[in-house]
Amino acid sequence: MTTTQELTLKTEPFILNIGPMHPSTHGVFRMRATLDGEVVTDIEPVFGYLHRGIEKLAEERTYTGIIPFTDRLDYLSPMSNNLGYCLAVEKLAGVKVPERGEYIRIITAELQRLANHCVAIGAMFNDAGAYFTPFLYMFRNREKIYDLFDMLCGQRVTYNYMRIGGVSQDLPEEFLPAVAKFLPQLKKFLDEYEFFVKQNEVFVARSKGVGILSKELAINCGISGPVARASGIKHDLRRDDPYSIYDRFEFDIPTAENGDCFDRFYVRVQEMRQSVRILEQAIKQVPDGPFRANVPQVIHPPAGESYAHIESPKGELGYYIVSDGSIAPYRFHIRPTSLINLGALRNMVRGWKVADLIFIFGSIDITMGEVDR
Amino acid sequence: MEPISAGALDIIQPTYWPGNYWWHWLFYTVVVIVFMLVMVIGAIYFERRAMGKMQTRLGPNRTGPFGLLQPIADAVKVLLKENIVPGVADKIVHFLAPVIAFTPVLLIFTVIPFQNGAMLADLNIGILFIVAVSSIATVGVFMAGWGSGNKYSLLGAMRNVAAVVSYEIPMVLAILGVVMVTGSLSMNDIVNAQNIPNILVQPLGFLLFFTAACAEINRSPFDLMEADSELTAGFHTEYSGMRFAMFYLVEYAEAIAMSAVISTLFLSGWRGPWLPPWLWLIIKTFFVFFLMIWVRTIMPRVRIDQLMGLAWKFLFPLAVINLFATAIEVLAWPDASQWIFVGVNIVLAGALVFLGSRLFKTGLGRVEV
Repeated sequence: MTTTQELTLKTEPFILNIGPMHPSTHGVFRMRATLDGEVVTDIEPVFGYLHRGIEKLAEERTYTGIIPFTDRLDYLSPMSNNLGYCLAVEKLAGVKVPERGEYIRIITAELQRLANHCVAIGAMFNDAGAYFTPFLYMFRNREKIYDLFDMLCGQRVTYNYMRIGGVSQDLPEEFLPAVAKFLPQLKKFLDEYEFFVKQNEVFVARSKGVGILSKELAINCGISGPVARASGIKHDLRRDDPYSIYDRFEFDIPTAENGDCFDRFYVRVQEMRQSVRILEQAIKQVPDGPFRANVPQVIHPPAGESYAHIESPKGELGYYIVSDGSIAPYRFHIRPTSLINLGALRNMVRGWKVADLIFIFGSIDITMGEVDR
Repeated sequence: MEPISAGALDIIQPTYWPGNYWWHWLFYTVVVIVFMLVMVIGAIYFERRAMGKMQTRLGPNRTGPFGLLQPIADAVKVLLKENIVPGVADKIVHFLAPVIAFTPVLLIFTVIPFQNGAMLADLNIGILFIVAVSSIATVGVFMAGWGSGNKYSLLGAMRNVAAVVSYEIPMVLAILGVVMVTGSLSMNDIVNAQNIPNILVQPLGFLLFFTAACAEINRSPFDLMEADSELTAGFHTEYSGMRFAMFYLVEYAEAIAMSAVISTLFLSGWRGPWLPPWLWLIIKTFFVFFLMIWVRTIMPRVRIDQLMGLAWKFLFPLAVINLFATAIEVLAWPDASQWIFVGVNIVLAGALVFLGSRLFKTGLGRVEV
């Protein structure tokens, strides 16, 4: 006599360890995925492989000396990191940035957003399995932006460009014309790119309705940036809590409704368009004058604390600094966008296939340097 | 029998070699192996250069003139590498897998005519033979996936078996259309019968066969068993050195073999004006291979359920309709000009693909867990 119980094929969960050495984990992220056949039933994120103790190290450095550390947080958008940190210190020390400095900061930060989204979109396609073509076309444009930064500060990846009270050096003469020449090229490229991607049956089939992040979950997890805006949350610190001089520019906040992978792609492309719009306005308005306030190399901000947050390309990036009046911060803390955006990953990938797991993970756009710090 | 007095090229035609069974066998074995190796080297170089051009980069251009020696340099590098066998691997299975995956590819070339009758074996069931042996490669792939003792490999191998079993069916149904039109299973006779290339007589069959062949040999967008972004390298994750080279060779040899089969079945094989027949075959093979490269460059990878859905919900019904339409044409109007069928079939193919793509829903999507 055999019962139904015995006839049923017994299966075991299949635990697949994805990462830390894996082509699509954007660094050294590790996921212990529990699979039922191809279906992901659960994942357990493991991170910390890139921990460098930046927050602790910062307590031993002068305020100016911390700026290079911020480059190495989210190494795909160092300019934005620089900006956020400098804003926090300026708030603490009460430094007023000259007009020209503010404009240069906005220009670099928006160019950085473009560069970051180039990588985010390109890498997302690679995770979907496209063999490098969309990736390389995006990288061609990122390369042009990196050339602009190279012109600006002689560095291509870790710029260390911003200073407390302004930027380290003035714009070279040929910089603004080069930006003005680049923007129309990029606009044309984006139109073309979006057209081809939307026509691609396989990409649409892979991304529409996949990895849905609901509005409620996004708010509860504290998700910010393009991922949140793709879920229909119209939240952008440039508009909601304008820092620097963002209140002077006209731009829209693109949002989407479904919160799937396609919307995350779509929102990023629209954001790039808006960045181009901001840049077009900014390069016309750059005033003459000093590019940096007269701030000493070693500053002693008054005892106290400050928190400044910016809309980094990946979302809300915050810096919290506690000063005891000495030359180094007493406590330095970062609100890492990537880490907090990862919070919803488990809910987003459960029930999808292995291929979707990688794709959804790629669509969040994280940098391990920022997750592990 | 004819005396051996023909031109230099005619001498390789089997009709001039009466009774010389072993000479024929030896000659064509060497031809097939050399042809395959040279074509693979060419294919690797061609793919990398073509993809480079499509991706706004240069591709290999340092080794030799125009980077022509790149595949050879790669081969030397890979042969000099250490051959690592994982501790948990099933040693015998792990060792045998590349060999078993490699053999069927060579067998496919045995029945491809390089010119009229110039082939190792003019089997009267040539195309059936190809369908039969090309599935054996799956056994090798599955052995590699199982024998490696790696979970990525196992997943990749499982996907491959599922894909091959499903895509075999639309593939064979597409072939049947060709067989009905030409009236023979022999590869040589199929070529001889193509006064109009079959791509025009059987346009839908060509599309179906091309898609199914891409899935069968795991070319993108159906390269789920390798899936470099998900499974690192799929079934050959744990292979290195010489054995990895074998799998790499198999991958391209399969692509070339399938391109040659498609050229023979649908593009009238070695037939063509002015140039020698074997050159026509090579040109057509590379043309089909270029289509595969093109698809690989522009398409993301499909998901496993979409892969299966495409086979069963899209390709299979279309293949059956194509089969019946062809059967009716062949039976009802056996004496009508083929050009009429060309027109009818192209319209039919366009309408069916359009309708199918409107009705086809990819999928299952999320599973409740």
